[in-house]
Amino acid sequence: MKRLIFLAPIAFFGLVIAAFALGLGRDPTILPSTLIDKPLPVFDLPAVRSGDAGLKSSDGAGQPHLLNVFASWCVACRVEHPELLQLKAQGVPIDGLDWKDEPAAGAQYLVDQGDPYRLAGNDKTGRAGIDLGVAGVPETFLVDGHGRVRYKVIGPISPEVWAGTIKPLMDKLRVQG
Amino acid sequence: MTAEIGQFALILALILSAVQALAPLAGAWRTDPMLMAVGRAAALLQLLFVGVAFVSLAACYLLNDFSVALVAQHSNLSQPLIYRIGATWGSHEGSMLLWVLILAIYGAAVAIFGGTLRDTLQARVLAVQGMVGAAFLGFLLFTSNPFTRLFPAPPDGAELNPVLQDPGLVFHPPVLYMGYVGLSMAFSFGVAALLEGRVDVGWARWVRPWVLTAWIFLTVGIAMGSLWAYYTLGWGGWWFWDPVENASLMPWLLATALLHSSLVLERRGALVSWTILLAILAFSLSLVGTFLVRSGVLTSVHAFALDARRGVYILGIIAVMTGTALALFAWRAPSLKTGSLFAPLSREYAITVNNLFLLAAAATVFLGTFYPVFMDVLHGDKISVGPPYYRATFVPIFLLLFVLVSFGPMLNWKRDELSRLLARVRWPAALAGGVLIASAIVFGVGHIVSVLALALGVWLITGAALVLARRWRVGELPFAHSLELARATPLAVIGLVIAHAGLGITTIGVASVSAWQTNKVLSMSPGQSARIGGNLITMEAVRPIMGPNYEANQARFDVAGPFGTRTLISERRLYPASQTTTTDAGISWGFFGNIYISVADQNPDGGLTVRMWNHPFVDWIWAGGLLMAFGGAVSLADRGLRVAKVERRVAQPRGAGQGAAGPPIPEPGVAAEAAS
Repeated sequence: MKRLIFLAPIAFFGLVIAAFALGLGRDPTILPSTLIDKPLPVFDLPAVRSGDAGLKSSDGAGQPHLLNVFASWCVACRVEHPELLQLKAQGVPIDGLDWKDEPAAGAQYLVDQGDPYRLAGNDKTGRAGIDLGVAGVPETFLVDGHGRVRYKVIGPISPEVWAGTIKPLMDKLRVQG
Repeated sequence: MTAEIGQFALILALILSAVQALAPLAGAWRTDPMLMAVGRAAALLQLLFVGVAFVSLAACYLLNDFSVALVAQHSNLSQPLIYRIGATWGSHEGSMLLWVLILAIYGAAVAIFGGTLRDTLQARVLAVQGMVGAAFLGFLLFTSNPFTRLFPAPPDGAELNPVLQDPGLVFHPPVLYMGYVGLSMAFSFGVAALLEGRVDVGWARWVRPWVLTAWIFLTVGIAMGSLWAYYTLGWGGWWFWDPVENASLMPWLLATALLHSSLVLERRGALVSWTILLAILAFSLSLVGTFLVRSGVLTSVHAFALDARRGVYILGIIAVMTGTALALFAWRAPSLKTGSLFAPLSREYAITVNNLFLLAAAATVFLGTFYPVFMDVLHGDKISVGPPYYRATFVPIFLLLFVLVSFGPMLNWKRDELSRLLARVRWPAALAGGVLIASAIVFGVGHIVSVLALALGVWLITGAALVLARRWRVGELPFAHSLELARATPLAVIGLVIAHAGLGITTIGVASVSAWQTNKVLSMSPGQSARIGGNLITMEAVRPIMGPNYEANQARFDVAGPFGTRTLISERRLYPASQTTTTDAGISWGFFGNIYISVADQNPDGGLTVRMWNHPFVDWIWAGGLLMAFGGAVSLADRGLRVAKVERRVAQPRGAGQGAAGPPIPEPGVAAEAAS
């Protein structure tokens, strides 16, 4: 019996290592979203920026665009932000969903860090985020002209992810209309 | 040419580490002094060659040798000299080289200062260090070679991440690595003891200074990292529960537990297997930290060099090293001699409970950090764990632990009585209770956690002071007598008092800033003023400036507070080489709190967006951390002095101590403490 207690650490350790080994094979930045090729769940969110219209799920229809989930309390979003500003400068339409955040804090974040968003809605309760299957911020959805989700990025969009994955997809969607 | 010298030196170091891993092991097995001496020589030579490799890489940065791929990626001609040096360890490859260098320093230290150890124990410790060294030198050479050449060489390099271009980069990683890698000593001593099949008081006496050294560096490293994040990220956060921060916190928690349990082992010969297990786990967690940052298994702001192949290699190292150590533990530990028993109310028992709390705290951090990985593997779900989780788990555990901390040093070894214990702590308890009630009335129940923490901070500080008061028998004896007792206080006790008080100071800082920080955001033009935290902030001027490798919009503020007026400079910087902007906040540091101002972009109306914070008592967080480390250093100095004294007195011939528990070290502190 006493020997068994001394075996406990290595048994536990074995489980942890197995989990790590399995975890290594997965990329934490790629998420199999159940929403792929399905329409965006319906939401109608109040504005982040004062005097603004807010964000509805039907808003982006007509052209492919990005829906970026962010929050003022999220460190990784701050890392991602300059890239979003660059994309805006290149004319990429990006809508922002301010997840589980005080509207004032979200607005201030955009003032501080710069504002890359065409439309921005505040999801204070996180309800819309749940429908979207948001696991953590930042996440970005590529939505096509018919309002369907075509791709999802977990974590910050890096220049590589943009150039290597999203931009080609977006260009294809633009051609298809 | 320089790069090739470094490369060659690394290869030689790898071969030497293999020799260091095998020769002394065989030597200890056959009690062959020659082979054991080979181990010591190999450790010294390994340090020499890793040192040569490190200097070579630094030279490549200094000489702007952009034909070395690493230099081209992390440095350029306009980068200031200090950050070209800092860039040596600012990349994955360079930081691994630093890791290996520090490991070699510790290995050489065993060879040089381990002379009074039992020969076989020293040989086995060196062998385990050699194995760790071989694994990581192999990792460096085969997956992350810092000396890879680039052809054709570019005329200028890219840039070190601007966020890293800060004095913090020059000090934070080396200090933190001294801590991380220092825990390898605990690991090596633990495994060597299992190989020997015996753990005695002498073992604890030897391993404790190393654990203490690692713990001091780890404490300073974490405090520095937190401070760095505070002033560079531009919004005054000081802890984020980021996976990589957690990766440094977990070994710290276990090292703290190990410090205390090895004290029990040293003084009372108890908690033998437990201490060995902690020694193994503490270093394993620092390896897991390395795995985290470099494997891409989790996303984090700190993560760099996300490369699955490297992840596999490091995971392999962890699996083999920790796995072997734990297997050895399962096999050998049950037959280790267990020490003396102790009563449920005794200092030993208190330290055991302290260990359980620290282990539980480390487990919650571990679970929070890796929960996303486990969930992904089990269900394919992606989940992230944030601050609310830690508020609900880690914080209560720590608050309970704080309640216990001040009781610990008040308890007698072996057995004690509850009524006497309670009588002893009546003053700190009354004071903390008073603070609790007063602040609960002033601040209300809404801030109950911070109010509790505040009272516990006072409890910790006064509890620490009580250790001295009791020792000096203040009020019991005439003043002159107390003074005499004060003079005779061993430094180790003073170290304990400083460290526990430091913990209290950190707690007060955390409680205050968490509950009572305020902030304001406004658009300001020069001449305009705003009030925050009893200070009048006036924007003086805004002008563009040119730094050595950046452009910045610089704003000057006058901060008029109760203690006079100060000028603050806050900048928003653009680094053209990488098109990155950073915020350089203006901070008015003060004993009672900081005023923290960061500026953002120009508004269309010509005003500048200014965000200002009042952070009450925030500096106490780091001051307390540094005090804890200082307490550790004081305690370490005591030990060093005492060991030196003994060496002078007992000129024991080498090897004569074979089979004995090492040289006897008189412990005046123990006798005095047991008597009091």
